[in-house]
This record gives sequence, structure tokens and C-alpha cells, in this order.
Amino acid sequence: MSVILDARGLCKSFGAVTAAAEVNAAIEKDSVVGLIGTNGAGKTTFINMITGYLKPDRGTIQYEGRDITPLPPREITRLGICRSFQIPQLYPSLSVRENMMVGIGIVLRNAGRGGFFSRGHALVPGHEAPAEDVAERILARFGLADYAGRNAQVLPGGVRKLLDIALTMVARPRVLLLDEPTSGVSSQEKFGIMQMVLDAVRAEGATVLFVEHDMEVVSRFAARVLAFYDGRIIADAAPSVALADPEVRRHVVGRLKAAHA
Amino acid sequence: MRRDRTLVILAVSFVALAAGGPWLPQWAMFIVTIAIAQGLVALGLMLLLRAGLVSFGQALFYCLGAYAAGALGRFVGISDIFVEMLVGGALAAFTAFILGFLLARYRGIFFGLLSLALSMILYGLLVKNEALGSTDGFNILASTLVGVRPRPDWVRYAVLVSAAAVALIAALLVHRYLNTPLGRLAPAIKDNEIRVEYMGASARRAVHVKYVIAAALAGVGGALAATAVGHIDPEMAYWTTSGEFIFITILAGTGSVVAPFVGALIYGAIHTTAYDLSPNTWQMSLGAALLALIVFLPEGLWSLFTRHVRHS
Repeated sequence: MSVILDARGLCKSFGAVTAAAEVNAAIEKDSVVGLIGTNGAGKTTFINMITGYLKPDRGTIQYEGRDITPLPPREITRLGICRSFQIPQLYPSLSVRENMMVGIGIVLRNAGRGGFFSRGHALVPGHEAPAEDVAERILARFGLADYAGRNAQVLPGGVRKLLDIALTMVARPRVLLLDEPTSGVSSQEKFGIMQMVLDAVRAEGATVLFVEHDMEVVSRFAARVLAFYDGRIIADAAPSVALADPEVRRHVVGRLKAAHA
Repeated sequence: MRRDRTLVILAVSFVALAAGGPWLPQWAMFIVTIAIAQGLVALGLMLLLRAGLVSFGQALFYCLGAYAAGALGRFVGISDIFVEMLVGGALAAFTAFILGFLLARYRGIFFGLLSLALSMILYGLLVKNEALGSTDGFNILASTLVGVRPRPDWVRYAVLVSAAAVALIAALLVHRYLNTPLGRLAPAIKDNEIRVEYMGASARRAVHVKYVIAAALAGVGGALAATAVGHIDPEMAYWTTSGEFIFITILAGTGSVVAPFVGALIYGAIHTTAYDLSPNTWQMSLGAALLALIVFLPEGLWSLFTRHVRHS
């Protein structure tokens, strides 16, 4: 399989704290990759560097052979790398549908459609359907249709999480980075939510990287695991291999279990 | 979905004003013209306010527009109201385009105070400038309309109808803008710029565009006010003038492009009545009106209208 995203020698320090020390990872197209590690191990820093929120001190990030390291988040998003957040980033004063419509508006505008002089209803690029239909379709896929008219501010935690991910689908991402998609969701619901998210994403055909603390979820859904510890990747293998690795057991799995016990 | 009546309201208002105008007393024509000029400024402020930005310095562009109009007559000998409005708006827009590179980086109180500081710089410059009449300002020539000079008793009506026509066009353009993706981005910028950025848009650029549009509208309004009053002075850039515009914008609410003009008209009515009843304490009456408004109608007068529509 071809490599879609290639991070090489990423280093990042915040004062005395090293958040990334020589991180190397080549992500294959259409793969599902789980990122594991304790808090502060460097998972979110990795995502923040790929999406342009943080600039690495050293190293490069290649996306489909193109160096995206110096680009700002909006340009990386336009290229097809989208992300969700550990704490959902929504437009709280707008309804769920309006949240979607703002995103669709941006996609339309970036494609040069739906501008000041355009007439009628432009088709959303990537979806080739009118804006309202695209919003309905994505909301339905994430089980959010019943919430369409509700204000984002008053949604329950799990629904906010889903809307945060649904928003990323508007731009038809080629690579999707999900920062703890199931945090704050009860353990019974985790599998259902991951299944729904991955089904929705696969329907659009995207490569997925997700941060997850529940090893059962990781084993079930990830084809490959990157285990972070102290700013480094200490294991990069299939879940069965990575989770059995003694270093991973000591630094990641054991600590996470202790933290959740 | 509720049908959009904005176009009908605008068209009917314009026709009513044009048809009923000749029967208005001269003083009323003047008040309505000034209200339209201020409404144009408030229309621009509304765009910024929807994105969560309050400019305490919109008088900068109002005054620039006015002085551009005055300078055209004084130094170039052009006193056509449409040319004045066009040049006033263009000068304000150009200035905002340059200043926008700085302003669009700031939000909240920093944006507000920086805009205020810039308008006070213009005030300071004008006060010291002898060629432009320093604190006294100067009178500007009686206007023509596309080259035609109206009879003296028809001047006010001619200016009123020109003002209404320009306001109609401005309101239609802004209404259209509000329904484009960039226009709809405003509440999203107010809510969460991180998400805006991660959806692939530049909040800074959107703010810059809104700032330029708002400045152009204020410049046109300033040129119009200058023509209607026949005199300009540096007070037009003073911070209290900016305060009036914010007053009108909050009074009106951000619900519709019609609201700023209604707000300006009501502001004019309150102002005139208060001044008439007690020339020394009229500010107190205005203050009381604003206080009552914030307490009872926090989303402005326009919310009264939408609430009624929703219930019926």
C-alpha cells in the first residue's frame, strides 16, 4: 500500500519538556491506526504537528509526497487532513444543522462556489449535492438527525463528540485524526460509537488515526498501533504484537490500567 | 422556514419615502437624511458585531468620508452628491484595507480600543490642520445630483431621495453578503475561531473583509451627512460620535439589514425630542433609553419584530 502521510524525525520541546523526540511514522493509505500512550506521552503533540497547530523544532511531514510542515491549519485542512478534538470544538450558539452549514459554506467557498455573484444552490464539492442534503446525510450517518434543530450548547457530551467528528466529514477528509473520540463516553457505548464513526468514515474512504485509552477498543478497531512514551514511539506494529511488547506493557498498558483502576 | 421579507420591506420603505417625502416638513427631511447616513454606519457595525467585534472607532471612517466630500468641493470644485459618496466610501475602504492588516489580528477589547485610538489620531490631526479649518472645520458647497442642481426648496428632498436610494442599494448588497458562506461565517467566528480555522477558513481574512465593508459604508454615510448638514468639523471623528453609532447598532439589533436604519430613525427621534424638552440634560434621556433597552430588549428593537412574527 502507498504511504499517504510520512512524518520524519519530528522533534518538539516546550522549555525543558520534550513532547516529541525523533518521531518517525509512515501512514499507509486507507489504514486505521491507533495512537496509545499515557497523558503527556506526545500523542496530541503529534496530531497538533501534523495539522499545523504546532510547528516541529526539527523534522518534516510529507503528505502525498508534498512537504506540509510549514503550512497553517486551514491550508492543511484544505488539502484533506482534518481533525476532531478531545474537547469538542463546536459553534455553541448555533444549532447542529447550522454548525454543519457553516462548515459546508467554507468548503463551498474554498472551491469558489456559492460566492457573492453565484446564483441558485451550488453543489458541495466532493459530495456533489446541495448543501442541505449533504448536512442531512452526514448527520443521519452519525445518528444526529434528531438533534439537527437543537443548539450545540445544550447537547449531551457524547453527542457533542459525534458532532465534532461529523463536522470534519464535511470537507471529505483523506486523512482523519481523531483525538480521543470516545473519551467521556461510557464503556458500553464506546464500541458502538467507534463502529459508527468508522463506518461513516469508510463510506467516504479516508485514512484514520485515532487516540484511544481503552485497549479493547484499540485491539478491535486498529490495524496498527503506534505506542508513545516520553515523546518517542516505542512500538509500531499490529495491536496483538504491540500490546504484548514488554516495554509497551510497562510504560503504556500498565500505567493506563493503573490510572483507570 | 419563514419567508424572507427583507426585499419587500426595503422596496416598500423606499417607495413610501420617495412618494411621501415632498409632504414632509423640511426639518423632518433633514432628520430622516441624517438617520439614513447614521444607519449606513450602523449597517457596517452590525456586520462586525455579528462576528463578535465592537468597533469604538467607526467615526474614523465617517469623518474620512465627510472630509473627502468636503475636500472635493473645496479643492477640486466637485460637489455632486453621488461622486462625494463614492469617493468618501472609497477613501474609507482603502484606509480600512491598510489598517485592517493590523486590526484583524485583534479581538474583543483590544480591537475596540485600537479602533478608538485610530479615530482619535484622525481627530488630533484635523484639529491641528489649518488648511482644513482646524477645530471649526469648514462649510461645503450645495450639492448637485448627477450634474443637475435642484431648486433651493427641493434640495433637501433631492438629498433625501438620493440618500434613500444609496441606502437601498447598500442594504441589498449587505443582505446578499450575509447569505454568502463568508457572510454566514460571522457567528462562527464569534463562537469558535479554532473550529473555523480547522474547517479550512481564515477568520482573520473574514474579519478584514468585514472591516473594509463596514468602513466603506461609514465613509458613504459620512459624505452623505456632510452634504446634508453643509458643514464638517473634527467632532465627526471624536469618540462620542463612535459611541452614537454603537448606541444605534445596539438599539437596532443584528437581526436584519433593515434594523440599523430603523434604529437610526428612532435614535434621531429620541435625540430630537430629548433635546427639545431639555436642552441641557438630553444625554440623560438617551442614557435612560439605552438602559431600558438593554434590560428589556437585549437583542435590540428588531427582536420585537421577529418575536411577533414567530408568534403569529
